[in-house]
Amino acid sequence: MAARRSAGRPVVAALCRAFSGRGCQLAPERGAERRDAAPGRVSRFCPPRKSRHDWIGPPDKYSNLRPIHFYIPENESPLEQKLRELRQETQEWNQQFWADQNLTFHKEKEEFVCSRLKAKGLDLRTESGQKATLSAEEMADFYKEFLSKNFQKHMYYNRDWYKRNFAITFFMGKVALERIWNKLRPKQKKTSN
Amino acid sequence: MAASPHTLSSRLLTGWGGGCIWYLERRATRESPRRFLHLLRNVNQQWVTFQHFNFLRRMYVTQLNRSLKQQIKPKPEPAESPFLEKTSLDETKTEICEMRPLVPPSLSLSRKPSEKALMELEPTSVIEGSRALGKETKEEKQWKEMKLRADDLPGILARLSKIKLTALVVSTTSAGFALAPVPFDWSCFLLTFVGTGLASCAANSINQFFEVPFDSNMNRTKNRPLVRGQISPLLAVSFATCCAVPGVALLTWGVNPLTGALGLFNIFLYTCCYTPLKRVSIANTWVGAVVGAIPPVMGWTAATGSLDAGACLLGGILYSWQFPHFNALSWGLREDYSRGGYCMMSVTHPALCRRVALRHCLALLAMCAAAPALDVTTWTFPVIALPINLYISYLGFRFYRDADRKSSRKLFFCSLWHLPLLLLLMLTCKRRAREEGVEAPQS
Repeated sequence: MAARRSAGRPVVAALCRAFSGRGCQLAPERGAERRDAAPGRVSRFCPPRKSRHDWIGPPDKYSNLRPIHFYIPENESPLEQKLRELRQETQEWNQQFWADQNLTFHKEKEEFVCSRLKAKGLDLRTESGQKATLSAEEMADFYKEFLSKNFQKHMYYNRDWYKRNFAITFFMGKVALERIWNKLRPKQKKTSN
Repeated sequence: MAASPHTLSSRLLTGWGGGCIWYLERRATRESPRRFLHLLRNVNQQWVTFQHFNFLRRMYVTQLNRSLKQQIKPKPEPAESPFLEKTSLDETKTEICEMRPLVPPSLSLSRKPSEKALMELEPTSVIEGSRALGKETKEEKQWKEMKLRADDLPGILARLSKIKLTALVVSTTSAGFALAPVPFDWSCFLLTFVGTGLASCAANSINQFFEVPFDSNMNRTKNRPLVRGQISPLLAVSFATCCAVPGVALLTWGVNPLTGALGLFNIFLYTCCYTPLKRVSIANTWVGAVVGAIPPVMGWTAATGSLDAGACLLGGILYSWQFPHFNALSWGLREDYSRGGYCMMSVTHPALCRRVALRHCLALLAMCAAAPALDVTTWTFPVIALPINLYISYLGFRFYRDADRKSSRKLFFCSLWHLPLLLLLMLTCKRRAREEGVEAPQS
């Protein structure tokens, strides 16, 4: 998993570099009011100026995960920044894994269907021009093979996902406490004066 | 299973969106390539996104948010541009290229546009651009602000806690409570009811918290609140804690410590054993069956305060029921499980899956026959339950033999009505206290 992550990072960084000039910087007059985190993938979405929340998009075509556009407040604390960066990085890491997983699955499924059809001596297309498919029982062999082949990869992913999920939630808790504390503190000062 | 309303509405939206884009394309083709298309102002226009506002030398695109109507304006003379000059053409071209669908992100990075190529593209790309931008505007409309509104919260929390499943769990607990051979105590019943409900909500919320990326990739679960970003993980965990603590406390101190311990154990079993085990080994199904068997046992122990044969029998019936129910369901989800990395019998050991389902259908028959022997019900019960038990066993046998989608669906849907009916019949045939000496079933 470490090798995968270090391989994934340059790709992500390259994506960031390639697209950091676009997206939300296309309208510089909005820059003063709202800073946006550079999206790690191609996304032309820009939230409205007045919005002070994160925005979540439709499911990605490849990974089925919904990208989040993180809002950066002007007075972002170091803890909030750390949380946002962790969430951004986790999002990119998840995106990478699932896009790769789904594309590999579909590719291997096509290959399996083609090879089975050839072995049976059938065409890849039926008379009506539709793509020929195998029955669910024949596909079951593929599903079983795919699952066992990727078992180790899934184990590493699960472990990392649980760690990240806990870390993000923990930091969210810390940030929430920090905000509550900040809200209470001026009141404490007032009451002491 | 409940996917049809969603697919219908999404098809309607796609059809409507497609219709608007088709209309725009027709307008574009009718007019000469050199003419300006008119910007149709929308009264609901709230803000305008200027995509290439500062960059265009040849072409610019103006989009209206919240509207499918667009303007595409080829610029005839460079000198008369009212807009700021573009610094490079490259970005325009790459954006037009990227609008072409079905290209994985990594491939689109490698295109290097040239001015000449852009000029050649102009007439055709106007239309393609409008089509792609129609898609893009539609995509933009699907972005939602992650702001939690107070009136949305009950619905979101209901879905987070899988309220329908919780209702089923609580009804099995109630059945266990009612079947216990003690006088019915309403206050104890209500405390058990609420406590078990809260514990179930907590367990389901934590389960969803753990499974966000996996749920996103499966059709059955992709509309859950955490997947859609309607609620933050922190709020989900806080909600789960706020349900678990009072729920278990209520069961422990309001009912009895045994029931509280069972409730806590069940939460632990579901969240920390079953949920991670789903991705590791097929043993998760057996653990999950235990999770389903504990609630009626909790109902029984809440009423009687002890774990006796009747409680175990009731737990056994629920345990056995889980297998035909879940194995039949999982038969149709094999592709999703495989792609998502879930270790389920239906994927890895299909023959075992069907064998186990059939085995437990027959076990149900046996346990219903044992019910009167353990003084839970009268002898009438196995007799009147025989038809439905035979029917589910028959469907289990068909599933075992045919191993196809049709037989799996029939078995699954049968299990949905089989259990409530069985519990109802048990209640009807409940063995009354010995002093009354009643053998006949209550009406």
